[in-house]
Amino acid sequence: MSEQFDAARLIFGRLSWESIPLHEPILLATFAGVILGGLAVLALLTRFKLWGPLWRDWICSIDHKKIGIMYMILGIVMLLRGFADALMMRAQQAMATVDGLGFLPPHHYDQIFTAHGTIMIFFVAMALVTGLMNYIVPLQIGARDVAFPFLNNFSFWMTTAGAILVMVSLFIGEFSTSGWLALSNLGHNPEGVGLDYYIWSLQIAGVGTTLSGINLLVTIIKMRAPGMTLMKMPIFVWTSLCTNALIVASFPVLTATLLLLSLDRYLGTHFFTNDMGGNAMLYVNLIWIWGHPEVYILILPAFGIFSEITATFSRKRLFGYTSMVYATVAITILSYLVWLHHFFTMGSGASVNSFFGITTMIISIPTGAKIFNWLFTMYKGRIRFTVPMMWTVGFMATFAVGGMTGVLLAVPPADFVLHNSLFLIAHFHNVIIGGVVFGLFAAINYWFPKAFGFMLDEFWGKVSFWCWLVGFWVTFTPLYVLGLMGATRRVNVFEDASYNVWLYISFVGVLIVAAGIAAFLVQLWVSFRNRAALRDVTGDPWDGRTLEWSTASPTPDYNFAMTPKVYEIDAWWDMKKHGYKRPVAGFKALHMPKNTGAGFVIAMVATLFGFAMIWHMWLVAAVSFAAVVLISIIHTFNYKRDFYIPASEVAATEDARTELLARNV
Amino acid sequence: MSAHDIHAGHAHDGHDDHHHDDAGPHSTFSGYMTGFVLSIILTAIPFWLIMAKVIEGRSTAVLVLGAFAIVQILVHMYYFLHMNSKVEAGWTLLSTIFTVIFVVIALSGTLWVMFHMNANMMPHHDEPAAISAPQS
Amino acid sequence: MPALNCLLAMSELRMNAGAAGAIEPRDYHLAEEPHVANGTALGFWLYLMSDCLIFAALFATYGVLGRSYAAGPTGADLFDLPLVAMNTAFLLLSSITFGFAMLKKQQGKVSATLGWLAITGVLGLCFLGLELYEFSHLLHEGAGPGRSAFLSSFFTLVGTHGLHVTFGLIWLIVLMLQINKHGLTPENNRRLMCLSMFWHFLDVVWIGVFTFVYLMGVL
Repeated sequence: MSEQFDAARLIFGRLSWESIPLHEPILLATFAGVILGGLAVLALLTRFKLWGPLWRDWICSIDHKKIGIMYMILGIVMLLRGFADALMMRAQQAMATVDGLGFLPPHHYDQIFTAHGTIMIFFVAMALVTGLMNYIVPLQIGARDVAFPFLNNFSFWMTTAGAILVMVSLFIGEFSTSGWLALSNLGHNPEGVGLDYYIWSLQIAGVGTTLSGINLLVTIIKMRAPGMTLMKMPIFVWTSLCTNALIVASFPVLTATLLLLSLDRYLGTHFFTNDMGGNAMLYVNLIWIWGHPEVYILILPAFGIFSEITATFSRKRLFGYTSMVYATVAITILSYLVWLHHFFTMGSGASVNSFFGITTMIISIPTGAKIFNWLFTMYKGRIRFTVPMMWTVGFMATFAVGGMTGVLLAVPPADFVLHNSLFLIAHFHNVIIGGVVFGLFAAINYWFPKAFGFMLDEFWGKVSFWCWLVGFWVTFTPLYVLGLMGATRRVNVFEDASYNVWLYISFVGVLIVAAGIAAFLVQLWVSFRNRAALRDVTGDPWDGRTLEWSTASPTPDYNFAMTPKVYEIDAWWDMKKHGYKRPVAGFKALHMPKNTGAGFVIAMVATLFGFAMIWHMWLVAAVSFAAVVLISIIHTFNYKRDFYIPASEVAATEDARTELLARNV
Repeated sequence: MSAHDIHAGHAHDGHDDHHHDDAGPHSTFSGYMTGFVLSIILTAIPFWLIMAKVIEGRSTAVLVLGAFAIVQILVHMYYFLHMNSKVEAGWTLLSTIFTVIFVVIALSGTLWVMFHMNANMMPHHDEPAAISAPQS
Repeated sequence: MPALNCLLAMSELRMNAGAAGAIEPRDYHLAEEPHVANGTALGFWLYLMSDCLIFAALFATYGVLGRSYAAGPTGADLFDLPLVAMNTAFLLLSSITFGFAMLKKQQGKVSATLGWLAITGVLGLCFLGLELYEFSHLLHEGAGPGRSAFLSSFFTLVGTHGLHVTFGLIWLIVLMLQINKHGLTPENNRRLMCLSMFWHFLDVVWIGVFTFVYLMGVL
């Protein structure tokens, strides 16, 4: 009898039927929605016989373009989840003004703000930024793919694995209540599974991100088209180079810190405990050594996006290319020197606080230089206010204010008042939404035609933009005010009645943002419906400046039928200026990497491993870990990973494009 | 039709063998032996200094042992890892310098910050006696 | 379209003073596929740099917590320096034997390469065995990772290094099988290069470990 019991414990760990939160109506409703939606998707896939293509052309794809698109889809899906959390938080605080309770008790509320932050940073912002860099960088440097295509596929599926674990925590067990950085003073429960879900989803996704960083670095360093020296790269490639350097330099610290936290939880070590020599402040220190470079990882690609868009839609070369490069590199290095500003109040004393306060203020200078460069690019340019350009101008105004409140917070005495208040929340949302989110929407509108062959509907794009811009300010200005009035973050009920009006305004704001997101989804749907009319025939709908616009829309698998040669910055603009003629003959067979399912399989087994570790299912954990190692080893025995696209096929694709161009000029 | 190496790191090489690509930095027997002998010396001396109690003070030890460690690491980098400014067009050297900078910042920053934190925030061991005094 | 291009070109000339004067045709495409340099060695080096940062975080942790004995045993109480010296010797020797393997690989001699790799593997196993012996001895004495913050950081730092050596050995065995099967192909040479970098890197980390953990720990 006891042996049977032990076997069950060995296999199922602490997982039991009680782990399913049947008593939470919100979760049950969500679960029902997910099941229905999921069944609908499965039905559609079966109806249109898409399982084969889904597996062959997407899941197994090592094509950087397909992987980039999958990252974007992951990011947008997770945006909906993360935004639902935001909606609930604002609703809770507004409704709690009435009865002092609201509809979310503290334990649930804590999970929501934790999930909101974790999802938005890791599975929305990182996913979208990585997807964009994946898609665009090889095209902008004139390459056929990234340096390690299989690793690219694997990285994507590892990121998805992390997202899966976070989503599963909704329905089996619960999520962490310790905030998006798991600061241990927020009541982490040694017995609970929430923090373990957090740890394992980040550890697994972190592997994917680090490998992706290495991949893109080698791609940019080694695979640029002939003639493209470093100082002739598009500025987006420069920001990608610096971003990926930051990824490789900072994510290992996250890995190590989460490892130490895991050891405390699993093996009873004393890194961050209050006794036996442990030091909880060390955790805060280490996690922010990662955490600050992380936010620069998010913003630098956005800066690159805005540089490309500003130059294109001002019909002018980017002003001050060299200073932009130096500013980007300066920001990269400086971002490693400011981390303590996240915990000025933890008591490191005046000398330490002053040092980091000064470095934080210094880092705003290169960013300011960039804004001036964008403004000077626009000055005396012939500006077209397309949707990407509108997002860009909205960014400049919004981000500048966010940056200013950041410099304000950089002053340690001021931060002592404002630390962990709603002012801080407003500040970082100001820069992340104003910078990263606006940049991503600008990029989506800008590069969508390249990826899919048709433009996005302009009207709904403008609706989405205005809703986001207005909605953002209506949501977060009240939070600035509330922060100055003393409101603290991560609280589900406020008792001070003078806060009420601001909470209501903020809630209205989040509804406006919701409208903006809805408008974006409508935009996608409407554009898809009208795709014939919105067709991008030439491949260069914006009269662009960089090499990706020289390819067809959507870009063929091999990217470039013939590798381009580069002479100037803005290589494609230079080609057009010199009366460039697209080659129509003389194509050669092209060497390409093969698709494979190994990355997907390894990542899914890794997901199982993470789940097993969370629930203390030791046998399953051991077996799945061994399986990951074994499958990886078996994969290395496969030496046949490439093939050739025959010259005739290349010629056929290019001929089709020639014909299309002739028909439509 | 000639086969060319591609960026996928696991491609076959075809008829052309691109030796300049695959050879990597060239190792020599004398290079390895020099590195080996230097490493032995640079290991033996620190061990002797501590085991024979030649150095007793911590700060001296940190400096001396640290210096030996750094020199031996440089020896390994040059003789075993073939690090120089020519390999990979200087990118390995550049990335190593970057990494060293970040490592130094992370290490020294952590030690500096935590030293101050501990000094300001950790409880003093001579305080608790006062707590047990009865309050009336 | 050509007319628009021409207009653009002329306006560009006006705006970009100092551009390539006349609009002479340039050769914008390569007729032959370019030889794209292989990125594996650089990519693996960058991975090693990231690994460096994991160890940096662990060293930083040891630096902060390394004297937090919680009234328990200290480094002076526990560390067996002659044993550590022997382990250091094993690892350093294995580095040189790997070097010899690389020399044989350069000469294209498969069995000699495999022979030196095997010796490297044996030395690595000796290193691991001795380290496991040391750990079990510490556990036996009640000086396990849960005893104090000092011991937590000791076991994690040294243990992580040991885990890396373990994975290196697994990789070594797999690669030996692959070289045995396919010979010293360019692909296998690339992999040997990477394993070589990995192995020497682990020796570099060990220099940090024996200096800052063991030698300074007994003071």
